[in-house]
Amino acid sequence: MSGRGPHDMGGLPAGKVERTEHDYAAWERRIDAMAVLLWGQKGAKKVFTVDEHRNAIESLPPADYDRLSYYEKWIHALTRCMVHRGVVSDEELSRKMAEVQKRG
Amino acid sequence: MAEAKFKPGERVRVVKAYPAGHVRTPFYIRGCSGEVERICGAFANPEELAQMRDGLPPQPLYRVRFRQRDVWPDYAGPVADVVEVEIYQHWLEAA
Repeated sequence: MSGRGPHDMGGLPAGKVERTEHDYAAWERRIDAMAVLLWGQKGAKKVFTVDEHRNAIESLPPADYDRLSYYEKWIHALTRCMVHRGVVSDEELSRKMAEVQKRG
Repeated sequence: MAEAKFKPGERVRVVKAYPAGHVRTPFYIRGCSGEVERICGAFANPEELAQMRDGLPPQPLYRVRFRQRDVWPDYAGPVADVVEVEIYQHWLEAA
């Protein structure tokens, strides 16, 4: 049925829940910090809402939703939201990514 | 703020709708009936916020209590078991 994204899985079989704690990599902590700043701390300027962020994640094709890790999904969301809000363009982003890749 | 239409203790039914976009009402609870447990406050509509609009006026948010047996047809636990879900007013109708 339409309207049910890959995230909206309450009641569907999903295997066992992994309950072990794990540490976060430095890049994951950095993404988290960036997100908090972009959503806007109390009184500070908001670049976009957490709802736009959620919308971007929930719009991922199901195969990508399953394949990407938690913070990889966040990178996708931060990127899409900043493009939507005109903070960066896809063209600028592609150029920067090519630059970084060349660095190796 | 939009006026709160329901009071704690009143029976409500979750609208059976399947809109596209960001929605905070879980799929599994749509169409189910339960009882208002409390009013949690009023907040900008997240469905509107997700589309870069302001989501105003704030929508009342309710905590609604459902019997597990009313949600899952094959629920085998005690009859008294409940699940509570927080649902915005525009997703609820009187039951």
